[in-house]
Amino acid sequence: MRYLDEFRDPAIARKILAEIKAITSNPWVIMEICGGQTHSIIRNGIDQLLPKEIQLVHGPGCPVCVTPLELIDKAIQLASRRDIILTSFGDMLRVPGSEKDLFRVRSEGGDVRIVYSTLEALQVARDNPDREVVFFGVGFETTAPGTAMAVYQARREGVKNFSLLASHVLVPPAMKALLSSPANRVQAYLAAGHVCTVMGWKQYVPIVEEYKVPIVVTGFEPIDILEGILAVVRQLEAGEAKLENRYTRVVRDEGNIKAQEIMQAVFTTVDRKWRGIGCIDQSGLRLAKEYTQFDAEYKFAVSDIEVDEPEECIGGLVLQGLRKPTECEAFGTRCTPQTPLGATMVSSEGACAAYYNYQRIKVTR
Amino acid sequence: MNNDGKLSGSFSCPIPFTSSDTIQPGHGGGGRMSRDLISDLFVRVFDNTELSRGDDQATITIGDQKLAFTTDSYVVDPIFFPGGDIGELAVNGTVNDLCTSGAQPLFLSAGFVLEEGLPLEELSKIVESMKRAADRAGVSIVTGDTKVVNKGSADKLFINTAGIGILDHDYDISCRNVRAGDIIIISGTIADHGIAILSRREGLSFTGTIRSDTAPLHEISRLLMETAGGGLHAMRDPTRGGVAATLNELAQSSEVEFRIYEEHIPVHPAVTGACEMLGLDPLHVANEGKMVICVTPEKAEQVLAALKTHPLGKDAAIIGEVFDEKPGLVSMRTRIGGWRIIDLPAGELLPRIC
Repeated sequence: MRYLDEFRDPAIARKILAEIKAITSNPWVIMEICGGQTHSIIRNGIDQLLPKEIQLVHGPGCPVCVTPLELIDKAIQLASRRDIILTSFGDMLRVPGSEKDLFRVRSEGGDVRIVYSTLEALQVARDNPDREVVFFGVGFETTAPGTAMAVYQARREGVKNFSLLASHVLVPPAMKALLSSPANRVQAYLAAGHVCTVMGWKQYVPIVEEYKVPIVVTGFEPIDILEGILAVVRQLEAGEAKLENRYTRVVRDEGNIKAQEIMQAVFTTVDRKWRGIGCIDQSGLRLAKEYTQFDAEYKFAVSDIEVDEPEECIGGLVLQGLRKPTECEAFGTRCTPQTPLGATMVSSEGACAAYYNYQRIKVTR
Repeated sequence: MNNDGKLSGSFSCPIPFTSSDTIQPGHGGGGRMSRDLISDLFVRVFDNTELSRGDDQATITIGDQKLAFTTDSYVVDPIFFPGGDIGELAVNGTVNDLCTSGAQPLFLSAGFVLEEGLPLEELSKIVESMKRAADRAGVSIVTGDTKVVNKGSADKLFINTAGIGILDHDYDISCRNVRAGDIIIISGTIADHGIAILSRREGLSFTGTIRSDTAPLHEISRLLMETAGGGLHAMRDPTRGGVAATLNELAQSSEVEFRIYEEHIPVHPAVTGACEMLGLDPLHVANEGKMVICVTPEKAEQVLAALKTHPLGKDAAIIGEVFDEKPGLVSMRTRIGGWRIIDLPAGELLPRIC
C-alpha cells in the first residue's frame, strides 16, 4: 500500500540501522514524545535492533495516561446519571477511576457510547434532543481541534443539550517541564509528528535554544522512527542541537492554520495537572468564556470532586523517561491490561501496555 | 510540577478491578476474558471429558459411529453486511466448527430469537440465504425453533445453530496435536470479516472494497485430509479473537511454541490501511472463512499447492513454524527484523461481529 509499505521496508530499515551503528560512539538517552511512537518501537522491535549505546525512553504523549483520575471519576459520575448520554473515544472506557471504569457503568445501565469523532458525539445530541449528551474529550493538539469544532458547531446551531468534559493538554510545556527537572535524563527528543501536523514545527525553536537539545520531528512507521533516531544521533555525536523535520510528507512549517484558529477561538490556555507528572504551567486548554455553557463540569456541577491518589505504580516515572515499565515490581504480575494499576497499562498508547503486549517475555533471537 | 521546579514523581493508582461480578462485553470477545469465563465457569460446572478437550466441537461415539457435534449463536450487527448476512454466517460458522475436526457436516438446527417489529421481508431474505448456504455446504437444516421477544429485548434477530457431522477418519486432528517441527499455514487473507462489519458501522465508509470472507470450509478440510493424511495435526477457523487467539489456543493446548513471520502473513492492502487507521492489529480481527493449519513439514509444500488450487485457498501462505522451546508462547518476527509476542486480545475489540 502506498505510504505504508515503503515505510516498513526491511532493506531500507537495515540500511538506516547500519548507518546508526556506524556513527554511534557514545551512550545516548533519547525520548520519543508520543505514545503512538512508543507502540511502534516496541511492536516492531526497533529497540532490539539499535546499538546498545542508544536508550529510548518513553514520553508523556499518551492522552489517556496523563488524564487526571478525578476527571475520570467525573465522567463516571456523569455517565451514571439517567438523563445523560456520555460519549467518548473507546480508550477511555477501560481506564479505572477510583472505584470503577466506564465499561462497568455501562453494564450497570449507564448510557455510554463509543464515538470515532467529536462531530459524531454532536450528532448523538441532535438525535436525542430530550437527553443531555456529554463528550468526554482528552488528548493533545491532535484531538483538540476536533473537540473545538464540535463545540463551535453546537453553539452556532444552538444545540443546547451538548456539553464537554474535557482535558486537552499541550505538548511543548511538558517537554520543557521534563528538561527542567533535576532528575532529567533526556538528551534529545523525537517530537510527535501528528501534533506538528496541527501546530507546525517551529514551536520547538525556543526549547532547542533554551535547553540545547536536538529535536527531530518524527513519524510513526518503522522507517520514520529509524530516520528520526539517525538524525538525532548524528546531532548528538556532532555536539549539535538543532530542530529538524523528518516527517515532511505530513508536517508543514505552519501546520494546519484552520485547526489552530478554531482552537484559539474556542479555548484559552490554563495551568493543568498531568496525571503522574503534576501541574504544568500553561499546559492545558479550557473553554473560553463565551463557551462556558458547553462546559459539563460547570453545567452539572461536578467540578468539586477531589481524589486522593495512592502512590502505587510507577507510571508517572515511566512517562518522564525515568523508569522502564519492566522495572516496576507489579509489571506483568499484579498489573496487566486486564487488571491495570494505572493508565499506562490500559491505553493503546501507554508504554506499560506496549511492553506487556509485545515484549513481556524476551523473544529476541 | 511543584513550585521549586521539581516534578512530582508519584503516579495515581486506584485499586485494580481484578475481577468483574457482572458480564462485560469482553466476555464475548474471543480473547482472554472469554477463555477465562469458559474455563472457570462452563467447563468447571458441566465437567465432562468432551467439553474439557477445548475443541470447537465435541466428538462423541454412538454405537460404532463417531460424530462431531457443535453449536454457535449469531448476534452480528448489522444483520446485512458487505459479503454476507447473519443467516449465511450462522450456517457457515457451524459448518466450519464441524469441519475443523475433519468431520463431514450433515444436519443443522436453527433457533431464531426475533424482535417484535422485525420486517418479515428481512427475515425471509435471511432464511433464504441460510438455505443457499446450507445447499452450498451440503447440509440440511432439519429442526428449529422460533421465539419472539418484546421490542428492545433483542436487536432485530439472533440465530443459534447446532450441527452434527460424521467422523469417518482415524486421524488425530485436534488443538492438542500440534508438534514441534510442524509448519503453520493460513488459507488466505486475514481480518476481512471484522473490517467488513466495521465498515458498515458508525458511518465508516472508507473500506468500501472489503467484503466478509464468510464461506463454508468443508471442501478445504477434505482437501487438507486427502493431501496430508495423518500429517495434518490441527485445523482451526480463526473467528473472534482473530488468528492471534487461534495460534495462542493451539500453542497452549499442544504445549508448543509458535513463531510466525510478519512478511508472510497475507493481508488485503485495504484491510491493512483500515487497521492502521483504527489502531487494530489484523491478527486480532475476526475471520469467517479461513483455516489455520498445522501440518508435518514433509507435507507442507504439497498442502500449500493443494490449497492454492481451490478458490477459497488461492491466497494461502506458510506463515510460521512450531518449536518446543517455550511452550505456550506465540511470537512474531516483524517485517524489519525485531521480535514480539503475539498475545490474545484482552477483551472486547469490536462488539457483536458474528
